[in-house]
Parts: sequence; structure tokens; C-alpha cells
Amino acid sequence: MRIAIASGKGGTGKTTVAVNLASLMSETNSGLYYVDCDVEEPNGHLFLNPEVTAKRPLFLPKPSINEELCDGCGECKVICQYNALALIGEKVLVFPELCHSCGGCTLACTRDAITEVPHEIGSIFEGKAGELMYAGGELKIGIPSAVPLIKEVKSMVPNMDDAILDAPAGTSCPVIETVRGADYVLLVTEPTPFGLNDLKIAVETVRLLGLPFGVVINRAGMRDEKTNGYCEEEGIKILSEIPNDRKAAEVYSRGQMLYTGIPGFRKYFKELFLKLTAEIESLTEKSTVI
Amino acid sequence: MLIAVTAKSADPNSEVEPRFGRAPYFQIIDTESDEIKVVENSENVNAMQGAGIQAAESLANTNADVLLTGHCGPKAFHTLKTAGIRIVVGVDGAVKEAVERFKNNEYEYAASPDVESHW
Repeated sequence: MRIAIASGKGGTGKTTVAVNLASLMSETNSGLYYVDCDVEEPNGHLFLNPEVTAKRPLFLPKPSINEELCDGCGECKVICQYNALALIGEKVLVFPELCHSCGGCTLACTRDAITEVPHEIGSIFEGKAGELMYAGGELKIGIPSAVPLIKEVKSMVPNMDDAILDAPAGTSCPVIETVRGADYVLLVTEPTPFGLNDLKIAVETVRLLGLPFGVVINRAGMRDEKTNGYCEEEGIKILSEIPNDRKAAEVYSRGQMLYTGIPGFRKYFKELFLKLTAEIESLTEKSTVI
Repeated sequence: MLIAVTAKSADPNSEVEPRFGRAPYFQIIDTESDEIKVVENSENVNAMQGAGIQAAESLANTNADVLLTGHCGPKAFHTLKTAGIRIVVGVDGAVKEAVERFKNNEYEYAASPDVESHW
């Protein structure tokens, strides 16, 4: 099964939940993957300290115009849906930062004047943290879209293997790419007005995508009951409430796991794991009945 | 000489639109005949990306010599430069007045873009 951890708001504890859950689950599920899809600011490795066994760059093809062959017909520009090409007189200008590497221009060119040149967009890492498999990526600074790299990072997990996918913050394309194909999405929120506002947006997003989901309230007990109220009204399951505890911040700031670093915290993640498994099982049963 | 001005509307009394790529209209004024041609830029107003580049290309097709606008980013700047269009940024007020100020040599051409991408 594939479980994506997303949030909407940044800093609610996605990575905290993801690394603790993944590490705890790897005790009984060898071969489980932790996949850091937050390739713009990956930090899961700070807690897991994986031994990186392989690292490779990822390249995307971008058009390059051979001006001697180009007759300025403009077919390439007409097919480009991303406004990455402009035709000024008979000269074609290329804006690689807008290009989505679809290859359309190369196919449309009738004079073979376009060649695709590889552009490095980032790196992919593979490794192991104890029994837990690790996959992650790092987007090069200045590269506008993380989506192709996230796709590649996700492809590191063999088809049948279980994985915990750690999503970036927000609800835009990189998050959509992360949760795509997941069996279940855990939305981590915090009981603050900001957390709730962004949770609502995240809920809308996963509902649109038709993905089953549940909520984890991190730093629970901050005396804002609105988040629980909202989940109740909307019929959203709260799978775990991790208490607001100064010790959690201390342990986190040392790059340690909460479930091993704080006595009594293991039960929150164990409970989350059990509820999650039950949820996914009940979903599978439902779909088998249908 | 053809002067292109980014405009909020097609009306001759329109105000100057500060954005270049996503300006609703371009008014192209012929300084010799005072004739005004209006070019709609609606396609680029809602473009997902690359509005400045495409606006620059459509401006190049009007044979405009000069562009008067509020701001111009690096990609539009590069495209306009390739098309041989000279650029004045920081222009505001009414389109008509801007053209008069240009005729009175009150403006200087921009040597570089004045805003970053995705302004």
C-alpha cells in the first residue's frame, strides 16, 4: 500500500509523522520505503540518516534550434502549449525555463532543425536506514517545476512495494504528483486557524482527486477545538492526535525520532499505524464487494 | 514611427496599463498620421505562463518601433530587443499624454528589464 502524507499548511508535522510512522512500520514490514517527495526542501534524511547507496542526476530534454536549418516557419511555436518558443521575424527564441519537455516542437519541425539537449534538473538518491528503504530527490536551485523529479523519485519504488510518501507543503502540482496513485492520504494539521484554513483546502483537493483520506492532528490540545469540530461536521476520520509537548520540539530539534525519543509517544504512532491499516483494509473490502 | 502603449482599454482616453505581458490592449499610435490602431491582448491576459514573450511577439508583428509601458520583465525584454523594439518603462497616466511626453523627448529608453520574472 501507498500512503501519502500531505498537509496544506507548512510546518504542521508532515515529515515528523512520515518518518516516525515509516520507521515504526519498518520494524514489522521490511522492504517498506520512505519516499521524500519534498524535493525542493527535503529533510526526511535528517531524521532517518539513511546510508545513500546510489545517487544519479535527472535530465530533461529541451529544444535547441539549428539556425542554419531553420526557415522560420513557426510550426514549433504553434504546437508549444507553454509559450516556451517565440518567433521574431524568422528567428525562433527558446525559453527553456518555460519548456515542459513534451517534445512537440521537435516532432512538428519539418526541417529537422530542432535537437533535444539534456538539461539537468536535479538528483535522485537511494539508500537504506536500518530496515527502511529510502528514496528522495533534490531539485536544482532555479528549476521551476519539481513535478518531473517527483515522478522519477516515486518510480524508484518497485510496483508491489509498500511506501510512505512525504509530500511538500501546499496543494499545488508537486503535491498532486505526490498523492497521485496513493491508496490513502494522511492530512497532517495543527489546531490553529491557519492549520484549519489550509486543511480545508487540502480536503477539497483530495476529494477532487477521489482519494480516501484521514486527518492527524499534531500539537493537539492547544485549546482550539475548531479543527475537531470541522472534521466531525464533514465526516472526516481523525486517525491520531499527537499531543502538544515541549519535549517533542526538543527531540525534533536534535533530529531524533519522537516515538523512540519520548517515553509514551510510541503509542500515538502505533495507534496511527493500526487505525491506518484498518482503514485501508476496510476500503479494500468495500471495493471487493463492489 | 509606430509607438505601442500598453492600455487598460481600447478607448483613446484610456490609462496606461502598468503590466506589459498581461495588458488588456496595446494602442499603436502612428506619430506621423496620429492614427491609432488597437491590438487586443486577451489571449495573453490569462496565459498560464510566457505572457510577456507572446505579447512581445504579437507586438513585433505590428511593426511597432517603440513600447511605452509600466514594467517589463527579462523574457519580454529579450524578445522585444530581438524584434528591434525599444522600450520605455515607468510610464503612467493617460495613453495620449504618454505619447505627447514621448514626442517631447521626456523619456529615456530602458537598458535592462526593470522587474524580475513573474512580476
